[in-house]
Amino acid sequence: MYLPDFDYYAPQNLEEACSLLTHLGSKAKVLSGGTDLMVKMKHGVISCEVLVSLKELNELKEINYHQGKGVVVGARATHNDLVNSIILNEKYLSISEAAHHMASNQIRNIGTVGGNIVNAVPSADLPPILIALGATLTLVGPEGERTIPLEEFFTGPGRSVLAQNEIVTFITIPNQPTTGSNYIKFGLRRSGALAVIGVASAVTMEGNIIKDARIALGAVAPVPMRAKEAEAILIGKEYTDDLLEQAGVAASKECSPISDIRGSVEYRRDMVRVFTKRSLKAAITKGHSGEHLETAHSNNI
Amino acid sequence: MNKDISLVVNGEARYINVPADKTLLDMIREDLNLKGTKKGCDAGDCGACTVLLDAEPVNSCLVLAVEAANKEVTTIEGLAKGGELHPIQAAFIKHGAVQCGFCTPGMVLAAKAILDKNPNPSVEEIKEGIAGNFCRCTGYKKIVDAVLASGRNIQG
Repeated sequence: MYLPDFDYYAPQNLEEACSLLTHLGSKAKVLSGGTDLMVKMKHGVISCEVLVSLKELNELKEINYHQGKGVVVGARATHNDLVNSIILNEKYLSISEAAHHMASNQIRNIGTVGGNIVNAVPSADLPPILIALGATLTLVGPEGERTIPLEEFFTGPGRSVLAQNEIVTFITIPNQPTTGSNYIKFGLRRSGALAVIGVASAVTMEGNIIKDARIALGAVAPVPMRAKEAEAILIGKEYTDDLLEQAGVAASKECSPISDIRGSVEYRRDMVRVFTKRSLKAAITKGHSGEHLETAHSNNI
Repeated sequence: MNKDISLVVNGEARYINVPADKTLLDMIREDLNLKGTKKGCDAGDCGACTVLLDAEPVNSCLVLAVEAANKEVTTIEGLAKGGELHPIQAAFIKHGAVQCGFCTPGMVLAAKAILDKNPNPSVEEIKEGIAGNFCRCTGYKKIVDAVLASGRNIQG
C-alpha cells in the first residue's frame, strides 16, 4: 500500500501553521502523530492535497504545571509522554494509566494526545478521563485563541467544533479539589484493542461523603458523554456499595450504545453498570491512581 | 513533492531526496536498500516494520520519511557490530525464538527497547513490550525466554 500523492509543509510556528491552513482550505490536513491519519490515507478514507505537519512546534510537546492554571499538556505530547510524565504521575496517575493501556508501545511513541482528541473517535481512551477531570482545550486560529471545555468539543463521531484552520494546542487539567479519579476500559485483548466500553470518574470525598462526582463514558454514545443522572445520585451521599450500584444502573440507562463487532447494546449497557461501580470505587478508595483495565477471556467474547 | 532530508541510519549520516508521501518504512527498504525491516500489515498493527527512532520503537509504516528528518534511526542491520551478533540476536538463535523469521527483526528491536530501559525485565514487562509485535507462528514462549536470557547476558 502506498500513500496517495501529497505536498508537505512543516511550519516553524503556530502563526505560520494557521495561515497555511487558512490559505489551503479544505485541501489541507493537519499531521500530528499520524497513527490514525496515515492508515486512513492509505485506505483512501481520507484524502488531502497537502499535509501541514506540527513537528517543528516543540512547545506543543511539553507537559508543565502552572500554579494558577493547573497541568498544561501540549497537544503533541505522545501517549508515552503522558505515561512517563513525572507531573502526571504525581498529580493524575489516572491519565498516565489511561495512556499506558492504549494501543502498543510503538503506537504510544508516535500517537499524540491532540490526535486522540481531534479524531473524535467515540471509543478514544483519553477524552473520558480528561472530561471527568474537567479539562479544557486551547484552540488557536488565525483570529487568535479560544478555550473551551473538552466536554463541549465533540459533536459526533469524527466531528467536533474545531474549525478547518484551527489547531488544538494545549489541554489543561485545572487545579481542583478532587480526591480521586480513575479510567477503566474493557477491551477484547490487553493490547491494541479499541475500548468496548470505557468509564472514567473523578470524585471529591470528605470522609465518607461524596461531595462531588463526575462520570464520563466512552464508546457508548456518538461522543464521550457525562453520566449526569448517575452523578446526581451520588452527590451529597455517603459512599456505600449499594449507592454505587444505583449510580451504575443510572449510567447504563442514560448511555446510548450501538451493537457492533465488539459488543451488543445490551452487553455494553450492562458493562457500563459494572464498570461505573468499579471506576467509582477505585476513585473513592485509591485516589488518583487505581485500576485501569479489564480484558475479556476468550470464553466470554 | 520531494524533500531533501538528513538523518542518521545505523550510526551513519545519510542525505536523501525523498517524496513527501513516502513512509519511513518504504524509504528504508527502497532507498536505503535495507530489507531487514519488514512490511507486514502496513497499518501499525503487526509490528514487523518496527525500527528505533531516537532510541524509541515505532511502526515505520506510520511515520513519513520526512518526519524522521534530523533523527536517528536504528534498523535490524545496525545491531551486529564487527561481525558479532548483538546479544539479543544471539539469544534468539540459542533459544529457538525464530521460526519463519518475518517478525524477528521487529521483535528484536522491540526487545532492545525494553532492555535498554530495564536490563532485567519481568516476563510481564517483556510481554507488554512486545505486545505490538505479532508472531503468526505464535512462538511467543521462546521469544520471551530469549529476551529474559539476553537481559541477563547484557547485564553480566
